[in-house]
Amino acid sequence: MNRQIIKLFTFILVLFAVLVGFTAWWSVVDAKELKASKWNHRPLYEQQQIPRGRILADDGSVIAKSVPEGHGVNRTYVRHYPLGELFGHPIGYSFIEVAQSEFEKYHNEELTGEESEFGTILDQLSGTKQEGEQIVTSLDPKAQEVAMNALAAAGHGAVVAIEPSTGAVKVMASSPGYNPNSIPNANEFEKLNSQAEEANQPLVNRAAQGLYPPGSTFKVVTAAAGLESGVITPETTINAPGSIIDEGHELANDYNQNWGSISLDTALTNSVNTWFGQLGQKVGQDRLFTMMEKFGFGARPPIDLPEEEVLPSGVWDLETGKLLGRHDPVDLARVAIGQERLLVTPLQDAMVAAAVANRGKLMKPQIWSRVVNADGSVTKRMKPSVYSEPLSAKTAAELTTAMEGVVREGTGTNAAIPGVPVAGKTGTAETPSNKACGGGAEENQGWFIGFAPANHPKIAIAATVECTTQFGNDVAAPIFREVAQTILAGE
Amino acid sequence: MTRARNRELLALIPVALLLTAGFAAVFAQENAKLGNLSLTYGAYFLAVCLATHIYLRIRLPHADPYLFPLMALLTAFGLVMIYRIDEGLARNQANWFVFGLVLFALTIQFLREYEVLERYRYIIATAGILLLLAPRLPGIGEQVNGAYLGVKLGPISFQPSEFAKLAIVVFLASYLREHREVLIVGARRVLGVTLPPLKHFGPMLVVWGASMLLLVFIRDLGTSLMFFAAFLALLYVATGRFSFVVIGMILFLLGSWFIVATVPHVHERVEIWLHPYAEAESSGYQILQSMFAQADGGLFGKGFGQALIHAPGHPRTIMLPAAETDTIYPLVVNELGLFGACGLIATYLLITARGFKTALLANDGFSKLLATGLTAVFAVQVFVIIGGVTRVIPLTGVTLPFVSYGGSSIVANFVLLALLLLVSNRARREAEEGATSDGRGEPLGAPA
Repeated sequence: MNRQIIKLFTFILVLFAVLVGFTAWWSVVDAKELKASKWNHRPLYEQQQIPRGRILADDGSVIAKSVPEGHGVNRTYVRHYPLGELFGHPIGYSFIEVAQSEFEKYHNEELTGEESEFGTILDQLSGTKQEGEQIVTSLDPKAQEVAMNALAAAGHGAVVAIEPSTGAVKVMASSPGYNPNSIPNANEFEKLNSQAEEANQPLVNRAAQGLYPPGSTFKVVTAAAGLESGVITPETTINAPGSIIDEGHELANDYNQNWGSISLDTALTNSVNTWFGQLGQKVGQDRLFTMMEKFGFGARPPIDLPEEEVLPSGVWDLETGKLLGRHDPVDLARVAIGQERLLVTPLQDAMVAAAVANRGKLMKPQIWSRVVNADGSVTKRMKPSVYSEPLSAKTAAELTTAMEGVVREGTGTNAAIPGVPVAGKTGTAETPSNKACGGGAEENQGWFIGFAPANHPKIAIAATVECTTQFGNDVAAPIFREVAQTILAGE
Repeated sequence: MTRARNRELLALIPVALLLTAGFAAVFAQENAKLGNLSLTYGAYFLAVCLATHIYLRIRLPHADPYLFPLMALLTAFGLVMIYRIDEGLARNQANWFVFGLVLFALTIQFLREYEVLERYRYIIATAGILLLLAPRLPGIGEQVNGAYLGVKLGPISFQPSEFAKLAIVVFLASYLREHREVLIVGARRVLGVTLPPLKHFGPMLVVWGASMLLLVFIRDLGTSLMFFAAFLALLYVATGRFSFVVIGMILFLLGSWFIVATVPHVHERVEIWLHPYAEAESSGYQILQSMFAQADGGLFGKGFGQALIHAPGHPRTIMLPAAETDTIYPLVVNELGLFGACGLIATYLLITARGFKTALLANDGFSKLLATGLTAVFAVQVFVIIGGVTRVIPLTGVTLPFVSYGGSSIVANFVLLALLLLVSNRARREAEEGATSDGRGEPLGAPA
């Protein structure tokens, strides 16, 4: 019988090996998929037990922190936002029962301390409790507050301010905002999402998700394409009559003013539609779209926000919900002056201003600045990187000169800061029967993009106001000025 | 001879240390400070083990030195895990551990001549079957998750299948000891397959029918599988005919396939096994959570006391249902990782190896078959429950020996250990005597 006993033992050895194999499968090999399963609530509960890292503004003030609740095994951490509504956008929120959004969502791994697999294993071996790292952002609370207050006074809108040389985001304001501390309250959350708020959409970060007609601010892109392609020089003149016929439609200047033969400076300073419409046609769709893409159009801006919360700008076919390309039929002259079906996010427009300001180099916009671990040492630092180079330094300088004219003597004089040269461009897009504005016929989207100081740019800003009956110079340029002054004063 | 006991004594020291360290880890986790209570628990445990060890020194000086420490190790481990789930349960379990040791001692005291069991084999078999069917008896039977595995007599409830497995193994060992010759000699080859003689085919069919009935009555695939596997293991060892095993397996598969198709509860269990995500929030919840808990453990686990059994802050949301019984293994994987789980399985494997070693050393047929049967049923039970929570087979309500919470389980398994040690004591004594006194080098019963 002994032989059989040994064989039986061998058989049981095999059975036990199968057990080890299956355990290895669930615990190691397939673990990632199991953790990602929507039925698996463990990762969420576990995150709740981790003290999530703080999020700080560039001056060290606390934007988000975790507060412990309960004791022992039942200890959980709840997110608290000491500054309330100020940074509802773009920081977002992180609550286990609800969800995560925006910056909190994008930087979840660092904030929960899960970014390196190796570190986690080391922690397991040493028995260290997982602890999140804190992130210092480049956000400027003073400027953010100025922007939020100015927007609240003007209505709905957004402001984005970027440091041109680094891409550091100083301000990203969206109005109306919301207080992230109210998110866990089911009633409040429902209210924020309700139909009544359809026009207000407080949870939507307009800066990155608001698609608006850019109006005349787009003329900066058209001018860039003209200069960069050699179609025009700053001296080239184009005859700009009161109106031209484009694709069977009339394209007119304000008050049908006939400007005669003028060059870029005069055309941009006075935002002459017929001049830029013709320039667009001369440049051609191919070269215009190439320039747009170099500025970042047609793609999600490379910012540290979740993909689904950042929208690409471009010519949108609203029926199919798709972006049109260089071979799709578009009314080019109207695209060139920022009309047609062109829709742009404030973030994208700020990137245009920032690229011109940074001598033609577009830096990747980033909100985070550095990651600091629990001991206080910096583990990662944002390294400014070039996203693209849409313009040569020469073209950028020529455009800057033209944009300075806009603020000094043209359509954007309300952006002027005493003692500081400012370059910019206004925009006023007509948005009749806009649902968000209540469907009124006289509604405009007011814009201002620009940078200051024009000779040594420290800040590039896009400001926009929805549903206004006024011009960009009246509603958006003052916001630009206030935010720029605050940031320059803090330098 | 005392060398064996000295080894046993030495082996107990790491067990007590592990228990102390384990409790210390759990305490440290829960109270963030280390009391000396963990030392007290370790000391109590060591004292009980020492008393048992001294008793074994007197009564069974030759018995296998590793079996008791290995099982004490599992018990200690189980106590720590259960303590970590619920302090009260751990106290009960500790009481059952002491009670199990009392029964262990009584078994050794009164069954020194364990072959008397052979005389009562039909009474034992009847008792075993009655025990198995008891949960279906009105008034005392208890249904848990659709399976009938528990009996409630007044305040005491227990799982009779734990004791029935001992009775069935004793009966089968005795029956096959007597009939193995005829089963081998009388076998006929039909169409190239060796079939048992018709006359003896009958009793085998009875065993098959019994396990099928068992499946229908108690509706527990795992228990049924455990019994039938023990039977096939014994049949194989007794006759050396692999074809009998194959026939038995085919019969079992056909039978259980039919029952799975017809008995709703058993069918549901198989469905959950195959498609756990289909009813992820209801019937599939336990197996899914068990897999999720394992995924959470990874290679090294989260550490003692770190696993989520309840949702933090929501004590009524259970993350790992039946963590102290059915799903204690996933809890182990969660807290100690794949490495800890391998350690646990290795411990069971060592016990199995020592059990079969005992069977190899035994000199008479009954002892050999008894040791084989007890070891096999133990090993298969481990496979059934760990296989259940790792989705190798459908999950059923069998306990993880010595680790899961449950009085019946721990007491019955200590009786199993007592029987194994009785067989081992005699076998090793005879081997030593054989080697020294009459010089017969060849142990009895070696040729199959």
